[in-house]
Amino acid sequence: MLRFLIHRVLQMIPVLFFVSVIIFVLINLVPGDAARLFLGEEASPEALAALRHQLGLDRPLYVQYLRWVGGMLHGDFGHSFKDNRPVLPTLLEKVPATGELTAAALVIAWTIAIPAGVFAAWRRRTTGDYLASALALLGLSVPSFWSGIMLIYLLAVHLRWLPASGLTPFAQDAVGNLRALIMPATVLGVAQAAVVMRQLRSSMLEVLSADFVRTANAKGLADRAVLTRHALRNAVIPVITVMGIQMGTLLGGAVITEAIFAIPGLGRLAVDSIYSRDYQVLEGVVMFSALAILMINLFVDAVYSLVDPRIHLAGGRS
Amino acid sequence: MPLSLRREPELRRPLSAHAGGVDATAGALPGLGRFPGARRGLPHLLRRFARNRLAFSGLIVFTIAIFAAVCAPWVAPASPIKADFAASLRAPDLRHLMGTDELGRDVLSRVIFGARGSLEAGLISVGLAIAAGMPAGLAAGFYRGRLDDVLMRLTDALLSFPPLILALGVAAVLGPGLGKAMIAIAVVYAPYFMRIMRAQVLSEREREYVDAARAMGAEDRRIIWRHLLPNSLAPIVVQGTVTVAQAIIMEAILSFLGLGTQPPTPSWGSMLNAAQQYLTQAPWLSFWPGAAIAVTVFAVNVAGDGLREIWDPRTR
Repeated sequence: MLRFLIHRVLQMIPVLFFVSVIIFVLINLVPGDAARLFLGEEASPEALAALRHQLGLDRPLYVQYLRWVGGMLHGDFGHSFKDNRPVLPTLLEKVPATGELTAAALVIAWTIAIPAGVFAAWRRRTTGDYLASALALLGLSVPSFWSGIMLIYLLAVHLRWLPASGLTPFAQDAVGNLRALIMPATVLGVAQAAVVMRQLRSSMLEVLSADFVRTANAKGLADRAVLTRHALRNAVIPVITVMGIQMGTLLGGAVITEAIFAIPGLGRLAVDSIYSRDYQVLEGVVMFSALAILMINLFVDAVYSLVDPRIHLAGGRS
Repeated sequence: MPLSLRREPELRRPLSAHAGGVDATAGALPGLGRFPGARRGLPHLLRRFARNRLAFSGLIVFTIAIFAAVCAPWVAPASPIKADFAASLRAPDLRHLMGTDELGRDVLSRVIFGARGSLEAGLISVGLAIAAGMPAGLAAGFYRGRLDDVLMRLTDALLSFPPLILALGVAAVLGPGLGKAMIAIAVVYAPYFMRIMRAQVLSEREREYVDAARAMGAEDRRIIWRHLLPNSLAPIVVQGTVTVAQAIIMEAILSFLGLGTQPPTPSWGSMLNAAQQYLTQAPWLSFWPGAAIAVTVFAVNVAGDGLREIWDPRTR
């Protein structure tokens, strides 16, 4: 396992290099002068020149890139143009809210998707299958920001059952925290459930037509045993990949959901930084999201061998 | 038989006593018959697609949406941008079937005109993504080596970003506007097409018909354009359909955040953004644009599923 982890981390290095280059290019292509964004439009030319020199903006691009990468390796993601606060602590403050929303959304998604996907594959081409597949397609098609707005109107404005926006920290008010999470987590969870359900149905269909499943049925095993002990375990590998991608994507901030429900997470931070032209913070969120996905991919690869012992981590199936 | 080989007379010669026409060629070159349209071509595929009523209905609905968008000036009952303050925030009635907004503009007309931006963004951004991703995937899969390594690492890097976060980052750099939003969306989805094309080319380049073409003296360019490209298009078409649906949603999100279509031009996303502050007194302003997005995307998704079923029977 250790050798596998080292090998995968080494494989990540060229990817990380390209990720850093992409973000560096994006930062440098942002319209406007960084020094002017810091000091404001009224700043004198001398002050601007001094700040540019201090930030290294008058150095060649490759020197700026190396300084920037070196800074990030020391935890320096730059400073906010808005309030001059370091970007990394600002990002880390927002992680708990996004983490909570992600966890709640994924619990909802997987609780719906796994039974639905198994059922749809088991009862292939029946009314149940068509209904589950149609609902999944609907879940994929309905934009989450629209369903969020409609839920706010119905449950918060009209029925007044749930709060429309905000997220109280769990430590301060556990019940309030959970009530505030219901709508955004449901909106996100239903959309993610559709993706997992379709992938699981597709994998299960493939596995259910395999010889070993036919043998298990011929031996007289109950349907439930065939599904859970044999088919599901073999069908779950591609689904784990999808789940890993979902986790990484949501950890990067469910941007639009956080914006609509005013949840103080990474996604909302990204939106606010766009409106305030605080591009250092935006690119910090982008970098953080990419790192989260890479780390989760690594974790998912390690999980494969736990789920399917035939997969040798160093080189695929035996 | 792969489409390209119909113009290669030497390869149509049957090799067995029972041979004749296409089947013999497929028999002589075992890999050929696997292409789903090999024996009966496009009309057969279209007939199979039409037999899937849900997929066909999706295609019809999407076509209606395109028709409405193209013919918006003649189909819409009123101007989408002309204000009428006396009629502001009116609930749906016979005169304004979907109600009016805060400036008294007819919501139905704005939804119809809004289809233009969304459908344009969906189709053009996917076209751009395919135009960028396909050649890269072709080159990576065919030539392999250092070029493949570099392109794959670059693709992995782009795929490491959450799609919407990457689109926001690119859109923030390019600035607001529908055209720039399309470029941002194309940047997000190009790696997917690159990967798909590369995987297809890696598989197809090992087929016997490629060896046969090379043995006949075909150059790399001819092999790529005449043989590999036509036989690698199927998954691109399927993925393209799925991606159009995702691109429509992404454009709506970028417009919702003020980075896509700019006012006063109507777009479904910006209409939803403006509608939020009137949610209590005019919920119809939020309902209709979102419903339009949902119906259009659903139609594209079911049509895409139908296409996928034709090409991969295992998903039936």
